[in-house]
Order: sequence, then C-alpha cells, then structure tokens
Amino acid sequence: MSKTIIPFGPQHPVLPEPIHVSLTVEDEIVTEAVPAFGYVHRGLEKLAEKKDFNQMIQVVERVCGICSMIHAMCYCEGLETLMNVEVPRRAKLLRVIWSELHRIHSHLLWLGLYADAFGFESVFMQFWKIRERIMDINEATAGNRVIVSVNQVGGVRRDLSPSQLKWILDEITVVEKEMKSMESTMLNDYTVKKRTVGIGVLTREMAYELGASGPVLRASGIAQDMRQLKYEAFDELDFEPVVEQDGDCYARGVIRFRETMQSIDIVRQAISRLPQGDTFVKVKGKPEGEIVTRVEQPRGECLYYIKANKTKFLDRLRIRTPTFANIPPLAAMLPGIELADVPVVILSIDPCISCTER
Amino acid sequence: MLKKLIEKSQIKSPWIVHYDCGSCNGCDIETLACLTPLYDVERFGVLNIGNPKHADVLLVTGTVNHRNKKVLKNIYDQMSDPKLIIAIGACGLSGGIFKEAYNVVGGVDKVIPVDVYVPGCPAKPEAIIDGVVEGLAKLGELQQQNKTDAIAS
Repeated sequence: MSKTIIPFGPQHPVLPEPIHVSLTVEDEIVTEAVPAFGYVHRGLEKLAEKKDFNQMIQVVERVCGICSMIHAMCYCEGLETLMNVEVPRRAKLLRVIWSELHRIHSHLLWLGLYADAFGFESVFMQFWKIRERIMDINEATAGNRVIVSVNQVGGVRRDLSPSQLKWILDEITVVEKEMKSMESTMLNDYTVKKRTVGIGVLTREMAYELGASGPVLRASGIAQDMRQLKYEAFDELDFEPVVEQDGDCYARGVIRFRETMQSIDIVRQAISRLPQGDTFVKVKGKPEGEIVTRVEQPRGECLYYIKANKTKFLDRLRIRTPTFANIPPLAAMLPGIELADVPVVILSIDPCISCTER
Repeated sequence: MLKKLIEKSQIKSPWIVHYDCGSCNGCDIETLACLTPLYDVERFGVLNIGNPKHADVLLVTGTVNHRNKKVLKNIYDQMSDPKLIIAIGACGLSGGIFKEAYNVVGGVDKVIPVDVYVPGCPAKPEAIIDGVVEGLAKLGELQQQNKTDAIAS
C-alpha cells in the first residue's frame, strides 16, 4: 500500500495536551513521525522583563502545573546562590518533602493516563484515587491542590506542624499500601505486558546519543538522576537512582512505579531528619551575575539559566525542560511500530507540552 | 418524539469534550480529576468524549494564543447546536498571569462566545462541577430559545 499521512493531534482523546505529530503510515506501520509545536507557547521567559524577580516565582510555577513546586525550587535556588543567601536547613528539608510529594502525584497521574492509553480504564481510576490523598496533603499544608506556591527567595513560606507531619506519614503509609496492591496489576498483568513489552524500544546507546533524560534515560540502563548532584538537602538523604535495562514502554512504566515508592521513602527520611529552626531568612539587595541550576523533575532534568544585572528585573531567564530533551528520542522510537501503539509510546515519555513550549 | 428524547438526554447526560488551549496543565489535571472516583461526574451522567462532533459541552482551559486560536475555532464550529462553552481558570477568563506575554491573545471569549466562567488558579474540581451544572440550566434555556426561533421563522 502507498504512503498515507495521518495527523495525530492537536486535539486527541488520549492527549491531555495539544501536540501535533504527522505520522507517515504504510499499511499499519509507522515509517516516519514529525512532531510540530507551538500550541501552548505563551512566552514566559520574556515576562521576566515585565515582572520583577520575586513576582517571577509565581510565573515559573505556572510553566507547568504538575511539577510547579520543582520549577520554583530550581529558580529560587539559582537566585539564592547569586545573592549569597544561606537557606536554613529546615527550609531545605521542607522543600524536599514538597518536591517529592509532587513527584509522587505526578507519577501516579502518569501511571493512570498511561493505563488509559492502552484502554485499561479501571487502573486509571485506581491510580487517580490513590493520587487524591497526595492532593489532600498539598491542600492541607499549602492551601492549594496543584500549584502549592511554597517557595520564596530565602526559604519557604509555610511550615509544617508536628501534627501535620504525623498526618503526612500516616497518609503516605496508606498510599504505599495501596500502591503495593496495584503492583501485580500494573507490572504482571497479561494485558499490560501484551501492550507494552518490546514496544518503542530505545537502546542504551540511542538514549545517550539523543540526549534523553529522566525516566526515559534510566529505563534504558543509564543511572543518571539530577538528585545525585545533592541539591537542597539530598546530601544527607539516602537514595539510589532507579534503573531498568530494557528501554521499552514496560520498563518506563516500571521505573515510574518504583520511583513512586522511592519518593515515599525519601519523604519519610526527610521528615525524620527535620530539624527545628527558621523556615526562611530575610533577603536584601538585588541579584547580580549569571548561574545555571539543575534539578530533577518527575520527567527528567530541568535546567534554569539566570542572568541578573543588579536591578529589579532579570536580564535573561532561560528554561530547559525535560520533555524538550525527550522529543528526539520519541521521534526515534515511533518509526517501525503499529499505528495502534502510537498513543502508548507517546505517553510513555510522559510528555509535558506546557513545559516544552512555555 | 425523538427530538424530545434528544433534548432531555442532552441535559440529563451531557457529553463533554475538553481542549487544553495553552494552560499550564493545572486546570487540565483538575478537569480530569473530576472524572475520577473522588469527584466522579459520571454520577450526573457526564461523559468525557474525544470527538467534538458528539459533544454538547466544550471545556476550555488556558489562554488563547496566536497558533491555537484557529484550532479552538475549528473545534467550536464542529460541535452541533445547541452547545455550551465553559472557560476554566484565570487564564481562560482573561489571560491571567500570562496576560502580558507576547504570544497571548487573552481569554477564551476573544475567539468564541463563552457561557459559563469558572474562576480559580487552578480551578478546583468542585468549582468545575459547579460550572457544568450551572451551564446545563443555560443549555435548557438555549433549547427553548431554539424552539421559539424555529416557530417564529
């Protein structure tokens, strides 16, 4: 049969966000995939010229709603280094707690959407039910379900009381128990394996050459995690990057499942080591100089470049997000698979389009 | 008689199509959270459907930008009358925090007519459900209006 070009997106049932992929198809096999962008581009980096560096915290939180806390943490960390601010230990650990809670809720969200992409709707419902516990923690501790807005230059805005900490520990224990009950369905079920094992394989060499990051990279057997840089309080927390060897959709699912369990463990460690003390220091003056900060988002490495000139407004703010790095691997994964597997493979990189296009 | 059945079922079981029009994902995941066990809008008969041609209600989240305004207009045109448009979140209402950004046109109502506005950054699932329920009353009015228009012409 001759070639057919099938447009995928921007509005598509499996996609929560608009991305357009032109799929060239022969029979049922995809031969070429060309992604197109720009449907969510707002121009956030340019907003740094109109809003001062403190107001920009609220803007960078809205680069992506799912990992908003981690964006703001990365941005504040950069400014704190530029302004020579020593953040209190308690604030650093509180940031770790909130950022790992964000990672748990992001991975649970993805596990649900992923199950929905291959038509396993009851699993989707189950994971989102588990996720609501984390959303409750966010709402109770920060006042908002999704965009928690706890960061400020010099520390965090909110503190956690002992009773709240105890409640968080109880809740994540329940989350862990419920995750364990989902383990056999998500990892050993015949239907799940049939749709994911051996689909969209990214070898170790390809992953490295194409610059994949986050779970996509770790599913191909490379143990690279930005938390190894020991930013914030990760220097005293015990943690090993989760690695799988196969590089297919199944491995990427396993990675996220195991990382959720790992994040629960990190939250426990952080709470047990939480010292008494202030949650922020007063910051005076304006930032000057340039800096690059990197943190690990649920989707991979997030990089912020900040250039400041001792005025209220930043000279330049550059954000590089993990999905942007994972698009070339995606374009390499798609050729050779069947058309019916395209939604599963696209979702397997956990695309966050609003991050990518900002 | 069939017409009556369709009119009744449109109110009792509205089908929804959701389009992310440049939001930060916050409102999108809250819209999806409405479908899941804790909020469960299916108890009101609400069904999420991917095809705009089958849908009665369009949920739009986020700001409109210069690239996706055509896509949004296209989805709106594909829906059959009477249709209900609900804008969700501060960005969908006015542009929100992104209002001053260079690629942002503004709220959803700059491109298509909006029936219900749901505020919040991001809007909570309760608020979204409330918006849909409020919108359904308006859909009933629209049906009545269509009828009187048909008689008059």
